[in-house]
Amino acid sequence: MSTRSVIPFGPQHPVLPEPIHLDLVMEDEKVVEAIPSIGFIHRGLEKLVDKKDFNEMVYVAERICGICSLGHGLGYSEAVEHIMDIDVPARAKYLRTIWSELSRIHSHLLWLGLLADAFGFESLYMECWRLREEALDMFEASTGGRVIFSVMKIGGVRRDVSDEMLKDFYGRINRMEEQLKTICKPFLNDIAVQSRLRGVGVLTPEQADALGCAGPFLRASGIVRDIRTTGYCAYGDVDFEPIVSNDGDSYARTECRIKEIFQAFDIIRQCIDRMPAGDIDVPVKGMPNGDYVMRIEQPRGEAIYYVKANGSKFIDRMRVRTPTFANLPGLVETLKGCDLADVPILVLTIDPCISCTER
Amino acid sequence: MNTEFINVEPDRIIDESQKLKFAGYHLIQQCATRVPDAYELIYTFGKDLEMKNIKMTLPETQEISSITSIYPCAFVYENEMHDLFGVQIKMINIDFEGKLYRTAIKTPFK
Repeated sequence: MSTRSVIPFGPQHPVLPEPIHLDLVMEDEKVVEAIPSIGFIHRGLEKLVDKKDFNEMVYVAERICGICSLGHGLGYSEAVEHIMDIDVPARAKYLRTIWSELSRIHSHLLWLGLLADAFGFESLYMECWRLREEALDMFEASTGGRVIFSVMKIGGVRRDVSDEMLKDFYGRINRMEEQLKTICKPFLNDIAVQSRLRGVGVLTPEQADALGCAGPFLRASGIVRDIRTTGYCAYGDVDFEPIVSNDGDSYARTECRIKEIFQAFDIIRQCIDRMPAGDIDVPVKGMPNGDYVMRIEQPRGEAIYYVKANGSKFIDRMRVRTPTFANLPGLVETLKGCDLADVPILVLTIDPCISCTER
Repeated sequence: MNTEFINVEPDRIIDESQKLKFAGYHLIQQCATRVPDAYELIYTFGKDLEMKNIKMTLPETQEISSITSIYPCAFVYENEMHDLFGVQIKMINIDFEGKLYRTAIKTPFK
């Protein structure tokens, strides 16, 4: 009979950009159980509703995470706009969609770089991050920021983007697409990469659905669920289909994210082509009163924003449920039965964002 | 335009969760909000793109049953509600007993 032992994984580990701890119960080299533990960087940002008014909370929401910052500001703003019955101008919706897709591009490229680094392809890692810089440059040109953008506001957006800049974006997106076609080949075709990803950490569609997984982690198991299809922002006006894969393994998750980058290029081009003229915001009158549950599709998956307001300038509650938080039970399931050497790659394949998770 | 909530008594949550599970809904999230002498709990369930929100008011001193026997993934949300708000939840499958979050103050959102 094999002897069981417990190996602590994290909170500091070369593959983890942020701290999470797992107690891995091992039988020889196989993981039989994994118990997650978080709380190393909990900041209690949701508690700031006591001190910041509902407009200032947009910036607090953005500061939940340095990668999904735009999405957090967007999700919170949309929740408050629903409570206050604010009809955001069409141009603002299109700009929000373009920035959301740029976020998806830079988030997925960041993840691809980390994955390449994890399996030892360092020049590929640098290529991914070099390409990501292009997306950050577009953010800087259009919002003034590369990490925290402060471009979202209740009732619209703070900055317009000129037609010349949109034309420039079009060209940059096309060039990025050409470069990504070269960069993605090792991820999808290299035999060494495939040996680390194929058949590793398989999650069946039934498990993924029952465990409440979200985003590419869910869709790689064959579940067609992409919150963008609800049509928030300008997603109802653009043509796209959710990217789905059926194998449910680490390779399928990688494939999904790569295809989503190409899809994001396409959505941005459609938005630029159809960009309506007009205002970018509407005046906000009164105070929010009521509660709303808003869901958006962040790069890592479905994020939930619950806002409860009381008619004063300070809201009662802002609750953010991030995709990584929802993916933790799925991660624990995929780790069962894997080899110890596969644990770092499996943790990476949910694209963990611990800052988001802990808020 | 506010979200429509289904108001439920806390002692009915197991029955309601079972009904939703049999109807094919998955758990999206659970959260707590502090109200005077009580907690307002919101449980969100989803099926495809449809969403159902259950709202309950739980007196501060009262316990609520865990739904981890129906939705195993609820353990992360229930431990969070316990650690940050002090919501008393019985029979959580994988109970961290207050150690999921490492907070300087016990139940800081209470």
